[in-house]
Amino acid sequence: MSDKMHIKLNVNGKDEEFLAEPRELLIHTLRERLDITGPHIGCETTHCGACTVTIDGKSVKSCTMFLAQANGAEITTIEGMGEPDNLHVLQSSFKEHHGLQCGFCTPGMITRAAKLLEENPNPTEEDVRFGMAGNICRCTGYQNIVKSILAAAAEMNSAKEAAE
Amino acid sequence: MKDDVTREDRIGALGGMGCERKRVEDARFTQGQGNYLDDVKLPGMLFGDFVRSPYAHARIKSINTDAAMAIDGVIAVLTAEDLAPLNLHWMPTLAGDKQMVLADGKVLFQGQEVAFVVAEDRYIAADAVELVEVDYEEMPVITDPYEALTSDVVLREDLDPKADGAHGPRDHHNHIFKWEVGDETATNQVMDDAEVVAEETMYYHRTHPCPLETCGSVASMDKVNGKLTLWGTFQAPHVVRTVASLLSGIEEHNIRVIAPDIGGGFGNKVGVYPGYVCSIVASIVTGKPVKWVEDRMENLMSTAFARDYWMKGKISATKDGKITGLHCHVTADHGAFDACADPSKYPAGFMNICTGSYDIPTAYLGVDGVYTNKAPGGVSYRCSFRVTEAVYFIERMIEVLAIELDMDPAELRMKNFISKEQFPYQAPLGWEYDSGDYHTAWEKALETVDYKGLRAEQAQRIEDFKAGKTRKLMGIGLTFFTEIVGAGPVKNCDILGMGMFDSCEIRIHPTGSAIARLGTISQGQGHATTFAQILATEIGLPSDSITIEEGDTDTAPYGLGTYGSRSTPVAGAATALAGRKIRAKAQMIAAYLLEVHDDDVEFDVDRFVVKGAPEKFKTMKEIAYAAYNQAIPGVEPGLEAVSYYDPPNMTYPFGAYVCVMDIDVDTGVPEIRRFYALDDCGTRINPMIIEGQVHGGLTEALAVALGQEIAYDKLGNVKTGTLMDFFLPTAWEVPNYETDYTVTPSPHHPIGAKGVGESPHVGGVPCFSNAVHDAFKAFGLRQSHMPHDHWRIWKTANDLGLHD
Repeated sequence: MSDKMHIKLNVNGKDEEFLAEPRELLIHTLRERLDITGPHIGCETTHCGACTVTIDGKSVKSCTMFLAQANGAEITTIEGMGEPDNLHVLQSSFKEHHGLQCGFCTPGMITRAAKLLEENPNPTEEDVRFGMAGNICRCTGYQNIVKSILAAAAEMNSAKEAAE
Repeated sequence: MKDDVTREDRIGALGGMGCERKRVEDARFTQGQGNYLDDVKLPGMLFGDFVRSPYAHARIKSINTDAAMAIDGVIAVLTAEDLAPLNLHWMPTLAGDKQMVLADGKVLFQGQEVAFVVAEDRYIAADAVELVEVDYEEMPVITDPYEALTSDVVLREDLDPKADGAHGPRDHHNHIFKWEVGDETATNQVMDDAEVVAEETMYYHRTHPCPLETCGSVASMDKVNGKLTLWGTFQAPHVVRTVASLLSGIEEHNIRVIAPDIGGGFGNKVGVYPGYVCSIVASIVTGKPVKWVEDRMENLMSTAFARDYWMKGKISATKDGKITGLHCHVTADHGAFDACADPSKYPAGFMNICTGSYDIPTAYLGVDGVYTNKAPGGVSYRCSFRVTEAVYFIERMIEVLAIELDMDPAELRMKNFISKEQFPYQAPLGWEYDSGDYHTAWEKALETVDYKGLRAEQAQRIEDFKAGKTRKLMGIGLTFFTEIVGAGPVKNCDILGMGMFDSCEIRIHPTGSAIARLGTISQGQGHATTFAQILATEIGLPSDSITIEEGDTDTAPYGLGTYGSRSTPVAGAATALAGRKIRAKAQMIAAYLLEVHDDDVEFDVDRFVVKGAPEKFKTMKEIAYAAYNQAIPGVEPGLEAVSYYDPPNMTYPFGAYVCVMDIDVDTGVPEIRRFYALDDCGTRINPMIIEGQVHGGLTEALAVALGQEIAYDKLGNVKTGTLMDFFLPTAWEVPNYETDYTVTPSPHHPIGAKGVGESPHVGGVPCFSNAVHDAFKAFGLRQSHMPHDHWRIWKTANDLGLHD
């Protein structure tokens, strides 16, 4: 429909370069162009947070961001958070505390939670509930998500202390 | 052979029933490796998108697709005219009605499917949707079911107004059915003779299951081999295969239906939607795979609403509070097509469980189904068929009766519970409750929350409020519910003629691991975890060595799917029984290996031992190997079993809930201070998963009771079509819940389990609603309709003069 733009991105540590229509939404770039299907589409209106990724250090809902707006950005998705034999603390904590059921919100949830714990390594339950309010879960009622995040925070802090 | 490991160690090593096994599903979900419908990507795949009606009722004068077809990358635009020669422009619904796949001559609700654009990608398809020109002539819109029953406007012109519907005679051209259970004359007599009668009307508003993943499908017609593969968000994949075969004429063995990971269902993914049919037709027409995925607005507007029941009740009692009768009439708004997902013989589902947990000798239920210009559906949103409506009805009626009697509602419940000795209990409207101990559960709940203390605190609060010391009122919400789940016995439950049994097939591998396949499909319930636990206990192999697979009709045995909390009651039973078949054969193999008679060995945790000589045994692992490498006289090689389970009865989980709520009368904001949930789901397979189900169900209950609604204006416009308007609670609005339990096993289920996924929703909605009502009870509130959003609560306070 329109002229294509020259796009450069770094996604999960890998450089990507291609031509694309400026109207392409970032979530479609990730899911359909780059086959990174961890981030999901739940609402297309920035409410549910299933599409949450980290862009240049900030939590962003990729379903309402044009690819053109992300040009040149460094992006981390759930796929960039841990390896099967070296999981992120949050990934194991969600399993340990039953912080997920259908799993559809989980990639966005964990990606957002990681950012939250970077911003505030010692959150209260209230901080977690407020900081996660942009991510909707229909299955868990959040109780175990909050528990998973608080447990991960404690674990990360004690690991940090042990290292110091 | 010497064995130093204790029996307890061996039980622990199995990871069987009763342990808090961590979920095997989580590895892929936490690493972004789930495989949901929209993740399916096939070479050359096209994308389909709907042109939808902006009007709730209009005649289609013409459809012009020229401009859309002119866009580069648009492959086809299908309309009813294209589908008619294939006889696919209409499809049968699960309720015995028919539904337009693409609008045939007129549209009957806003968002109805009018044309299906097929294009190379979703952007081109969206562009083309905008360019399809449809010329509409608006017609009068009916969104009120009472108006529908008196209006001259004929909504369904395709139906003969004098002909019977799927459920018998119709009274009016907009009437769908009348369903009656119980004895109305006797019930009326009881009401006439009663010392006390309470009457109330309540509207259980229209809402939507709204799973985080919307509905979708990918159809791939392989014309070379004549095979159709259909991936989709299906809660009942085998039923979809059968329906697809009946509709398309493709023989069933040539259709493979795959339900991949499902991002929540809650009833939304039980039905068959026009999108599924159109993706199949488009793939047949183009010879290429075609994907259809609805967006959130389409999901809320067109697929599977829930509830929308106007319920009128009368309940009678003696002066001292013994209930004598119950009369219930429902006007059920089914929208434009009767697409309710209920067993065929139950047009209002199991609404006839509306006598609840109480021993009510005489009752009557009448339901009138009605067409309106609203979306079709009527699914069971996180409940067994219409049970949420039934439980809401009786639990509100109890509260209203308590007001009428000037009696404490907790005491009124206690006085009328079906007692433990009465089980199996024959309810007046037809069901036989399997087991229960309501008094014990209720006492435990009231004691745990210090019910008397709460009432004293509430009384003080009222005094303080009246004295101007506080602007917050306190509500104590009570609910005692009985669910009816696990549909169901084939003798009375079927969907499109198929009996509602379920199935499990097990193959034990030579090295002592196994795969089991079931006719159900998990949507977050954790089947891969819990069904392996059932099997571990039944067959003595560790749950970590058992793979559970569901959702592929080419490999899984036929089953009716997952909804109505039927997986554990039905497929769980099939799993246990298939496991017992494995064990029966293993016993013969063990006896042969141990050189004793079959009757001289017995099963013990993970092995067969010689009776009276426990040092002589063969482990199940050894037996598995022997099944494949020994020539045993009279025994076939291999170790496999299949079981199809037809339950003799439903199961009847129950629970006692208490909600304590503070309400700011000036803002209408409710704050849930405490929520206590006691659930009895019989035998508990995995307490961690049960607790997770309870948290989730309560949160969906909170949503429905306190704000979630599919609302229409008078022109039939959907006012709550995005997540901006449709309330889904976030972590910020949801409290922590206290969970508790009692265990009353089901006497007829092989492992005594009853199912739990939906109980918290069924019990939660009236509990939250009763809390709101209770807060204002002292000021004269008797009934206010849900959802109790901030505005409606404020309005309630205002109407009661609390802002004066």
